[in-house]
Amino acid sequence: MQTALRTSLPETELASRASFAPHARVVREERPQQAIGLPLSIRGLRKSFGSNEVLRGVDLHIPAGQFVAIVGKSGCGKSTLLRLIAGLDKIDAGSISFGQDTQPEDIRVMFQEPRLLPWARVLSNVEVGLGRDRASDDAHARAEKALGEVGLADKRDQWPSVLSGGQKQRVALGRALVSRPRVLAFDEPLGALDALTRISMQRLLERVWRDQGFTAILVTHDVAEAVALTDRVLVIDEGRIAHDVVVNAGRPRERGSAELASLEASILSHLLSAEDRT
Amino acid sequence: MSLIDSVSLPRSFRLPRVDGLIQWIVPLVVIAIWQVASVTGFVPTRVLPAPSDVLLAGWKLLLSGELVRNIWVSFWRASIGFLIGGSIGFAFGLANGLSQLSAKLTDTTLQMVRNVPHLALIPLVILWFGIDESAKLFLVALGVFFPIYLNTLHGIRTVDPQLIEMGRIYGMSDGELFRRVIFPGALPSIFVGIRFALGIMWLTLIVAETIAASSGLGYMAMQAREFMLIDVVVLSILIYALLGKLADSASRVLERLTLSWHPAFQKR
Repeated sequence: MQTALRTSLPETELASRASFAPHARVVREERPQQAIGLPLSIRGLRKSFGSNEVLRGVDLHIPAGQFVAIVGKSGCGKSTLLRLIAGLDKIDAGSISFGQDTQPEDIRVMFQEPRLLPWARVLSNVEVGLGRDRASDDAHARAEKALGEVGLADKRDQWPSVLSGGQKQRVALGRALVSRPRVLAFDEPLGALDALTRISMQRLLERVWRDQGFTAILVTHDVAEAVALTDRVLVIDEGRIAHDVVVNAGRPRERGSAELASLEASILSHLLSAEDRT
Repeated sequence: MSLIDSVSLPRSFRLPRVDGLIQWIVPLVVIAIWQVASVTGFVPTRVLPAPSDVLLAGWKLLLSGELVRNIWVSFWRASIGFLIGGSIGFAFGLANGLSQLSAKLTDTTLQMVRNVPHLALIPLVILWFGIDESAKLFLVALGVFFPIYLNTLHGIRTVDPQLIEMGRIYGMSDGELFRRVIFPGALPSIFVGIRFALGIMWLTLIVAETIAASSGLGYMAMQAREFMLIDVVVLSILIYALLGKLADSASRVLERLTLSWHPAFQKR
């Protein structure tokens, strides 16, 4: 299965994945065939809200299947960039392309709030994620499978209000995954969770990303999280990408290792120097 | 629903089998005290007849068929008026909640009309419709309209915009968005409107029947006053209380059925 996946991925992707292959956990039987990440090219992207120019020309290429973190001080435009990529807001100037035509179901977003429908059972909340396939015959089965992937198969008939914060966020992840997206954008999805739940969610995110091979873009204010999870950390400052840091550490990563810590320190110093200027 | 209702008590305070009966303790105690006060002559029967006398009057009216007929007439007027006023209020609430244009066009007018006490229209309504059914239905419908309109509007306006954005992202059509997100989100508020409207429905009907009618509970009470039948007057008042309670219970049952997702309605 690993080799089959590799041949269909671009070279850059191979480089980043080769490092964790020896540690790869038991490969799942039912790997989806077509759900492979899309590459992302952004050129000269600009966005203003009123007189406030939030993004001032962003150029960026993300290879297919890469896990990228976007960090920056608050108000730097990182969430705006994510919303533009996800198609939630209109672009003022520039372009975002995925290298081919995409369906709405190919790109999914996960927010800081789970945004579950309180009046729908867990399973039907996941079914919402199927988009236009909601009415299809296998909707139930697909939603159940996605719920299983996030470890909540036994909660299918519960109301969201009885779930814990972490469980709600896992349902939201299941809803995002059920349509087999090729790009998944995370807008601080773990920001509201307690430390332990955060770590288990980070592991879950890493696992589903490795299993499914979508391109993942994570906006976060937590540099440690960015370094622990992703292949590459982008630091945004004054509406542009100020630093582009590659994380070469192998997977699974050891939290708190010297390598990650020094990387985290150098990214933090970038952020702090940006803070000092203001 | 009061605030206290929605706060769950610790387990040790819950007596499930008594739960349904507990609410009747106070009314029963009041009736018992009343009976004692009447029998001992503390309260003269000219002022307030004993509960047993009221019950007896009710029994007689029941046998003659008059009671059932009057209750039925009032019930029918109340339901039809509620249905008419409620559906119009709901329709306007939907339209103004979903469309800015519709809200701009009609909301100001409706707010002006709302501030006219609808019972002040009784003389006008009698001039228009005389004392037949349409006068009563018109007044009930008018009274019921506003609480339902206001709460439907409020419910739709306060649906979490993040959920609406989520629905759009996941490709819901307008119809689907309404059915799956907006309407269920507005439902708790709509129920608040329904319960307010039920209270206004009885109030309006009784006043209308007292002033201009030839049947119904309000008419029965007015007739009884003419003949100094104070037990029948008190009986009518008690029946209002029971019917009001019944309507409220019905809306609660409906609420429990449709809002079972709501933390306040979940049984532990």
